[in-house]
Amino acid sequence: MNRALPILTVLAGIIVVWYAASVWMNSTWVFDQAERAGTTVTWAEVIPQTMAQDRPLLPPPHQVASVLWDGIAGQAITSKRSLVYHAFVTFKGTLMGFALGIVVGVGLAMAIVRFRVMDMSVMPWAIISQTIPIVALAPMILVVANQLGVQGRDVPKAIIAAYLSFFPVLVSMIKGLRSPDQMQLDLLRTYGASEAAMFVKLRLPASMPYFFASLKVAIAASLIGTIVGELPTGAIEGLGARMLIGSQFGEPLIMWAALFAAAILAGLLIVAVGVVERFARARMGVPS
Amino acid sequence: MSWVAGSVVFWLLAWALNARLASTGWSRSRVGRLVVPAVFGLTILVLWEGVVRGLGVSPVILPPPSMIAGKIAGSLDVLWADVVQTVFKGALPGFLIGCGAAVATAIAIDRSPFLQRGLLPIGNFVAALPIVGLAPILVMWFGFDWQSKAAVVVVMVFFPVLVNMVAGLQASERMQADLMATWGASYWQTLLKLRLPAAMPFLFNGLKIASTLALIGAIVAEFFGSPIYGMGFRISTEVGRLGLDMVWATIAVAALAGSALYGLITLIERWVTFWHPSQRI
Repeated sequence: MNRALPILTVLAGIIVVWYAASVWMNSTWVFDQAERAGTTVTWAEVIPQTMAQDRPLLPPPHQVASVLWDGIAGQAITSKRSLVYHAFVTFKGTLMGFALGIVVGVGLAMAIVRFRVMDMSVMPWAIISQTIPIVALAPMILVVANQLGVQGRDVPKAIIAAYLSFFPVLVSMIKGLRSPDQMQLDLLRTYGASEAAMFVKLRLPASMPYFFASLKVAIAASLIGTIVGELPTGAIEGLGARMLIGSQFGEPLIMWAALFAAAILAGLLIVAVGVVERFARARMGVPS
Repeated sequence: MSWVAGSVVFWLLAWALNARLASTGWSRSRVGRLVVPAVFGLTILVLWEGVVRGLGVSPVILPPPSMIAGKIAGSLDVLWADVVQTVFKGALPGFLIGCGAAVATAIAIDRSPFLQRGLLPIGNFVAALPIVGLAPILVMWFGFDWQSKAAVVVVMVFFPVLVNMVAGLQASERMQADLMATWGASYWQTLLKLRLPAAMPFLFNGLKIASTLALIGAIVAEFFGSPIYGMGFRISTEVGRLGLDMVWATIAVAALAGSALYGLITLIERWVTFWHPSQRI
């Protein structure tokens, strides 16, 4: 209760500000309509009219909630209007990118920790790669994949998502694989352990807490990458595509619903990764 | 085929050179730490050029680096106009406003543990959300010009910086705060002389994350409508015309701008937080 109260207070504050802002922003339209009709309206008449417009500048929270609820529960799951369907497309892309990002991140980290030359030549470029705005690459990855005859958008989306999600994994894994101290390494050496045995029995287990800590960042980054991959060039499926469609057809409610669906998806993914992390830590006997 | 073979040979030679350099003590010097990655980058470019020419890859799929360099040299004025629109008008003002607002908010809620406990979890959550999705809505509100891009950037950078700044303000140690108290320092004196400096390493962490986000936000917002210049506009139109050399030229410029912004922040960080252990080399 002690933790929930402040959060609820802040949330309530946000909702109050939101209502005030939507009355203020949507009232312009009501006044315009009234002026065109040659009538005047009082604020008491304006406020109800700002709550249920078809194309509001800022839809009030309950309107977003109802559109969101309609998109999630009001449609058949296979329907193109169902947000569950689009969220699943995005979810698939996110998981593929996440998996690819983990493989690339862990692989690079292993090579970098093992070979000094990899550390010196690749690491600076890995850092620079993250300062390149990936969205600049996104439309081109889509076109090139298309030219190469890759069907569908799954692969390009996964590449974009992996581009964003490999970096946190890489950084944490390097830290983790280097975390065993000299005493432990020396002990294994006195046992006559080979390089491979040392890796499997000491470095890898020691890196696991770092690995799981990076997964939450990586899954969030992966979701952002997937949505960006759906945004630019006329995708028709996925939450990013819903936002694009809402923007192109001037339907703000579609945009808001897709945005909140993406937020819910992000929350679910982070919670899921957290559960996996807690389970893995318990199995490894790490005190939480 | 000679192009491919030549570039592969170059690759192997450069790799051998790097492997040798990395195992000597010289590679630990400042020059060595620049040369090794530079050789690696050069190798990638040579390999790229050789494979594209040797296998006759269509420039519609992947133009060779020489062609991209030619395009950059040939269209400097267009690229510069794009940079001015996207970086100087969109990303930078948004970055400054967003980071400024985040720091101000962090200091404002500093005296209220109640607000901090409420805002921090929400801020952490929002920082993980795909905020880029707000881009179409903000473009609808603020129009097609740079104002909407700056607005997207403000929203994107706000939460990561806020979360880092709040954590930074809590970073000073109990002993240090007690020392300030024995000197009879007021709240503001403690804030200015102890807690703000102690928060700087955290703040710069947030700023570095925000610098990447700022460019992403400005470019994505341009996909949803922009005047006829700007990096996002250039990329989306040139992709449509299959002018991939121009796309790569813009990407190179974006990479340069992103790295420059990041480098600038790192420099300022080194100057501000010279006392921090991570800065002592």
